[in-house]
Amino acid sequence: MNFKRHYIALLMIAAAFGACRKDNYDPPASDLTGRVVYKGEPVNVEYNQVSYQLYQYGFGRLGPIEGFFTQEGGYSMKLFDGEYKFIIPNGQGPFVWRQTPTGAPDTVVINVNGKTDLDVEVTPYYMIRTPEFKSAGGKVSATFRIDKIITDAAAKDIERVSLYINKTTFVSGANNIAVTDLNGADITDPANVALEVDVPTIAPAQSYVYARIGLKISGVEDRLFSPIVKVSL
Amino acid sequence: MKKHIPHIIFALMLSSAGCKSDSEFLNQTPTNILTIEQAFKDPAQVESILANLYNRQLDFSGLDNGWASFADFSESFPSENGAAGIVQRDSWGFGEWGTWDYTYIRELNLFIERCTAATTLSEDSKRRFLAEARFLRANYYFEMTKRMGGVPLILKSMLYDFGGDPTYLQFPRAKEAEMYDFVISEAEAIKGDLPVAPNQKARATMAAALAMEARAALYAGSIAKYGFRTPQVTLPGEEVGIPAAKANGYYTTALTAAREIIEGKAGNYSLYNSKPDLAENFANIFLEKNNNPESIWVEDFKLKSGRVHGFTVSNQPRYGAEEEEGGRLNPSLNLVEAFEKLDNTFAPLPVTDGSGNPIYYDNLLDIFADRDARLAGTVITPGSAFKGRNVDIWAGYLLSDGGILTGDDRGAQKPLPGTTSPAVQVVGFDGPINGKEFTAQTGFYIRKYLDPSPGAGSRGTNSEVPFIRYRYAEVLLNAAEAAFELGQPAVAAGYMNEVRARAGLTIPLTAAEITFDRIVHERRVELAFEGHILFDMKRWRLAHIVWDGTRMTVADLTSNIGKATKRNTQPYGLWPYKYYNPGNPNNGKWVFRIVLPALVTQANRFRLGNYYSFIDDNIRSNNPKIVRQPNQ
Repeated sequence: MNFKRHYIALLMIAAAFGACRKDNYDPPASDLTGRVVYKGEPVNVEYNQVSYQLYQYGFGRLGPIEGFFTQEGGYSMKLFDGEYKFIIPNGQGPFVWRQTPTGAPDTVVINVNGKTDLDVEVTPYYMIRTPEFKSAGGKVSATFRIDKIITDAAAKDIERVSLYINKTTFVSGANNIAVTDLNGADITDPANVALEVDVPTIAPAQSYVYARIGLKISGVEDRLFSPIVKVSL
Repeated sequence: MKKHIPHIIFALMLSSAGCKSDSEFLNQTPTNILTIEQAFKDPAQVESILANLYNRQLDFSGLDNGWASFADFSESFPSENGAAGIVQRDSWGFGEWGTWDYTYIRELNLFIERCTAATTLSEDSKRRFLAEARFLRANYYFEMTKRMGGVPLILKSMLYDFGGDPTYLQFPRAKEAEMYDFVISEAEAIKGDLPVAPNQKARATMAAALAMEARAALYAGSIAKYGFRTPQVTLPGEEVGIPAAKANGYYTTALTAAREIIEGKAGNYSLYNSKPDLAENFANIFLEKNNNPESIWVEDFKLKSGRVHGFTVSNQPRYGAEEEEGGRLNPSLNLVEAFEKLDNTFAPLPVTDGSGNPIYYDNLLDIFADRDARLAGTVITPGSAFKGRNVDIWAGYLLSDGGILTGDDRGAQKPLPGTTSPAVQVVGFDGPINGKEFTAQTGFYIRKYLDPSPGAGSRGTNSEVPFIRYRYAEVLLNAAEAAFELGQPAVAAGYMNEVRARAGLTIPLTAAEITFDRIVHERRVELAFEGHILFDMKRWRLAHIVWDGTRMTVADLTSNIGKATKRNTQPYGLWPYKYYNPGNPNNGKWVFRIVLPALVTQANRFRLGNYYSFIDDNIRSNNPKIVRQPNQ
């Protein structure tokens, strides 16, 4: 009886030591981070809407590793070291991504080796610059400038600009407590645009909101945004 | 000697049985598998194979796909806690609604090849079987095209030669227009081989082929015509997108095919009109199995055969139900208010008067008065009845100080203000109570397909109500739309007025009143919960406008009713309250409030990448000729 018990204990020790030694891979350990930028200036987009893809060749079936840009235009991936090809699929984002002559999205080759930081350069249709937010009398007001970046044949009109406010730092068309729209045709001076939105009653009460400006370009699905700003009421 | 007899017998047996040649011994005819020749020998046998192929047809909403296949798109609220994701996601996945069943295609192709080769079947039955299989194949390719755009058009069975190089089995995607052309040409080719049999509902008939053709041509025509709204939703190889120049050709085909049915060339079909009560009549279209002149092709069910469905169990009014469940599909106020007034105008349900004061109603049903009979035929409203029992939908007492007295359980009891007893019921047994599953959380239940026969609401019996895939009213609406797009509004008005008159809208629309908005509206209310809304919005390229991911306000909800581009991103509800103010003339009357059910936290967003469902990476890496969908 005693002998048997020893035997079981011995087996368990053997299992604990012997089983899991060499049969697992190390998890991916290298960080690939960066932002989507225009001449060094980050392009702000909507949370979880603008995607990018990484491909790695040489491992059988090919499929993308897909991710979404953050609201500030950042991205990050935990990867194995190696060579990756980065693309932004056609039709994603309020910007133009380089294309090959056949119309496929062009690739950026990224060599990941340890912590890698790489900003990807795009050409947005517009940029929202010098946004300023103020609050007074139960309203949040914003002034900003719209710069047209693409002015050649590929240029597109402004469909709408909107001022969004929300209780949390997620601010967009889908996540807001109030919004004011201004149609693109009604913008008289793109260098000086002002918008104002009434702050509704917030329950539970809070003394601040997060605000940002969104710009809808006609014929482009994803909106361009300004950085998120916390506005004290 | 005597004791050797067994040995001798044994030796004899050995020599007689043991020395069969190997091939004779091993080649046994299996008793549980039919060879191809056997299977295609006799018509009854072929029918059973065909029955299996019929069963594998794909429906967007199906009574046996689960109740949730009817939910979504803000036309209803899902009143089951596990399904709240439908109103809590900020966008649809790109893979949603996809299908890629080439196993089914292969088996249809095999059936066609084997049936063609069969020698003992009579020519007549062979022709019909082949036409049926080709119908099923075309209908499935149509279903695939609606979701995926152009796909590889495989029309014969393929075999791998194990040579190590599968490239000869890889086919690229056909153009989207070629897919629709295929469906149309198949329908034309087989319609003469299919029987003219209006009473044959579960099997393909000539009318079914023509109805498929009309619908497919209409889809192709509208993608061509309205593609300009989404120039991004195209591919350079036209696997997605149809050139605008083809629109008129497709609309003409649609109108011609629909007219063949309307003119009776495929048998006598007509609108179902056999109950004096128009709402009951409308509900009965979906219940009446035999002698229903309206249904053309259905997915049939039969009690006690194992082929039954639980739609009634899932969606019956919860109070007094035959099972401890029900009430899952709650049509939204968005849909309810879309049913127009009997004078052909659109109006929100009057909740407040001109100066913003609540309107007090004597009866719950009064607020829904003078509307399209299809409203009551499609939706169970507060104050109406199912199976002769009134539903108990009311949200609580509205007190004189504006406060609300309600409970958090079905039929909860509390004492009224100013009293301590007795406790009285303060909320309906059917709710609405936020977050309480199976109650009418929008204030409405669905009526379409709900089977009133005894036992239909119990899990042990279930229901045999069929799911109508093609029906005559849709054929009329298809004809109306095609005629309208071809610049014949008077013809369109004629077809549309037939459908509307059956719903009690007896003032005919004039040719000048037929607009694109009218066409969109008519399909929405007539064909609600029949699996059309998504594909209609896709082909008109309206989906990204209607479901644009922006939250709705009450002002959004109550304005622009009947406009095709009206935002419809969140399912709203309409809750009745009983006014409690003893001594006041309005005491005991009903007031209504527009509410957004508390579980609705997000707005539907249809992204451009949703127009055509994602093709799996495995499929694309197995066959690199398959191009990716746009905007994904």
